[in-house]
Amino acid sequence: MSKSLFDKVWDSHVVRSIADGPDVFYIDRHLIHEVTSPVAFVGLESRGLSVLYPKKTFAVADHNTPTINQHLPVQDPLSANQLKTLEDNANKYGISHWGLGHQNNGIVHVVGPENGITLPGATIVCGDSHTSTHGAFGAIAFGIGTSEVEMVLTTQCIMQPKPKKMRISVNGTLNKGVTPKDVGLYIISQLTTSGATGYFVEYAGDVFENMSMEGRMTVCNLSIEMGARGGMIAPDEKTFEYIKGRAMTPKGADWDKAMTYWETLKSDDDAVFDKELSFNASDIEPMITYGTNPGMGIGISKNIPSAESVEGGKATYGKSLTYMGYAENEQMIGKPIDYVFIGSCTNGRIEDFRAFASIVKGRKKADNVTAWLVPGSHIVEAKIKEEGLLDIFHDAGFVLREPGCSACLAMNDDKVPAGKYAVSTSNRNFEGRQGPGSRTLLASPLVAAAAAVTGQVTDPRELL
Amino acid sequence: MAYDKFTQLKSTAVPLPIENVDTDQIIPARFLKATKREGFGDNLFRDWRYNGDDSPKQDFVLNNPIYKGKILVGGKNFGSGSSREHAAWAVYDYGFRCVVSSFFADIFKNNCLNIGVLPVQITPKFANEIFEAIYADPNTELEINLEAQTITLLASGSQESFDINGYKKDNMLNGFDDIDYLQNMKSDIETFTESRPF
Repeated sequence: MSKSLFDKVWDSHVVRSIADGPDVFYIDRHLIHEVTSPVAFVGLESRGLSVLYPKKTFAVADHNTPTINQHLPVQDPLSANQLKTLEDNANKYGISHWGLGHQNNGIVHVVGPENGITLPGATIVCGDSHTSTHGAFGAIAFGIGTSEVEMVLTTQCIMQPKPKKMRISVNGTLNKGVTPKDVGLYIISQLTTSGATGYFVEYAGDVFENMSMEGRMTVCNLSIEMGARGGMIAPDEKTFEYIKGRAMTPKGADWDKAMTYWETLKSDDDAVFDKELSFNASDIEPMITYGTNPGMGIGISKNIPSAESVEGGKATYGKSLTYMGYAENEQMIGKPIDYVFIGSCTNGRIEDFRAFASIVKGRKKADNVTAWLVPGSHIVEAKIKEEGLLDIFHDAGFVLREPGCSACLAMNDDKVPAGKYAVSTSNRNFEGRQGPGSRTLLASPLVAAAAAVTGQVTDPRELL
Repeated sequence: MAYDKFTQLKSTAVPLPIENVDTDQIIPARFLKATKREGFGDNLFRDWRYNGDDSPKQDFVLNNPIYKGKILVGGKNFGSGSSREHAAWAVYDYGFRCVVSSFFADIFKNNCLNIGVLPVQITPKFANEIFEAIYADPNTELEINLEAQTITLLASGSQESFDINGYKKDNMLNGFDDIDYLQNMKSDIETFTESRPF
C-alpha cells in the first residue's frame, strides 16, 4: 500500500493500536524545559514511578531565563525555583541538562537540531507546541501537555490517535524580500488558525526543496499556528549535510545504516492525503499581522481587511482590532512602532540575524525604538560574533542579548509595556502575549529590521 | 494524575461566545512559574478578568454573579495556541468540569481529556441556541450524559450527540488514566525499544 512520509514515520512507531482508541506511540527523543516539566515529575513521584530511559530525554532551560546577566543569580524567586527544579529533576534521574551558562544552552527547538538530537524519521515531543520545528528534518515532532510529559518519562510512549494528513505545496519562485517566515504567515493567513486542526502537514514543492534547513525549521515551527499538530518536510541531501557530524548524530557504520533508512523517507508517488492545498510562490509578499492571532496577516503593502471580507464572527474581529488600536481598511505601512524583537524558536537562528544585519548595516536604529536582539542559542550567539554581525549591530546602535525564549512569551523581564507596538519575529500575536496589554505585529527578520531603523512599519524591499 | 470519574453532569453554564480563545488568555505565561499544580484557577482568564491593579473588570462574564456553573460554553476554536496543560488545569481548578464549543484546538482538547475535563464539541447552530438560552435565562441548565454521549438543553429539550473515542470514554467514566494503561504494557514497550535504531 502506498504511504506518505507521515505514514512511514508514524506507523513505524506504533507499539499497539487500540480499537476505537488511540495508538500507543513510541517517542525516540523527549525534550523538556523548566515550565511544563515540574508537575510531571511530581506526578510520577506521587505514583512511585521513575524515568524509564533517561538518555532519551534532554532538559534545557529556556522559557523563563533572563537575557542579560545570565552569570548572576536569577533574581525572580519563582523563576529561580523553576530553573533549580529542572536541574534537580535532571540530576536525580540522570537526564542531560543544559542549564543557564552551559555552552549548549539556548531555546530547546534551536539547540535540538544544532546538536544532532533531531534526526530524520525520529519521533520527538516536548511540552511546547513549537516542537513542530523539528519536522523540518523529516521527523514527526509535536507539542504535548504535562500529563503526556509524565507518560514519556515513565514509559517512553504517549497515547495518540493518528491525525489526518494534509499536503501543502508551494511552487514557483519567491519574490524579493520574501523569507520562509512570510511563506508560513501567508499559509496561515489563507487557512486561518484552525484550518489545519486535526491534521499533520507535509510541506512539498520546489519552494521548500530550495529552502535552507533553517528556513524549513521556520516554516515547520509555524504549523501549530494554523492548528496542525505538526508539519514535516522530506529529508534530502541538504538535511543529511546539515546533520552529519553533529554531536549526537549516528557515526560510521551507524550513519550508513541510518542513511539507508532515511533515504526511504518520502511520500510515495501515489500516496493519498485527506486534504491537498497548493499555493503559488509569486503570490506571496513580505507579510505582517494586524490582529490578535497569527491568521490575521496580510501582505505588507495591503490594507487591513474589512470585517465583511474575513471569515468568522464580526464581534471577535472588532474586539481584535480594538485591542490593536487599528481600524478596518487602514494601511499598515507607516504605522508607528515602539519595540522590535528578533529571536525565538521561529526566527532566532544565524540566517535570521544575517537577514536582520543586511538591512541595518550602515543605518541607525530609530530613536523611538527599543530593540531586543536575542539569539536562539550560545552557538548562534558565537556565530553572530564570528561573522562580524555584532559589529554591524553595534555600529547601528543595537545591543545583543543572551539566548532564551525572551519576549516571545514574556515570562522573563522582556515584556512589552501595555499599549505599545512591537514588530516581532516570534510566532504569536495573542492579546498580552508579549506582556499585559502589549500589541504584537508578527513579521520576518527583514520586516523587523526595516521597522527598527525607520521606527514605523516599512516595506523592507525599499531598503534591500 | 488520576482524576474523578465523569458520568453525568447537570449544571448551569457560563457563556463566553468569543472565537479563537487562546491559551494565553486562559492562563497568561507569567502565571506559569509554579512547580506544583495548585491555584491556577485564580488566574483563569486573568487579563480579561482583572485590570492591571487587580480590580475585577465588571463587564467580564466570570465577574458577573448571574452566570455560574460547572460548564463553560466557548466560541469556535477554543484553546488554540500553546500546549500548556496549565490552561486545562486553570479551567478545572476554577470549577469547570466540562467545556462546550463548536470547535476545539487539538492539544487543549487532549489536555482536557487527560485531566478529566470533558470537551464536548457541538454544531455551531446548537452552540448559538445554547448561548441564546443562557442569555435569556442564566439559570437554564445543560445536561451532559457521557455514557449516552449526549448534551441536552433542558429548557427546550434540544439535544445533540457528541464524539469521544471508546478508550477515552471508558477512562473518563472510570477515572482511569493513560499512565495506568501504559504501565501495564511495559514489557511490550521494552521489547519495542530494542528494535529502535536510535
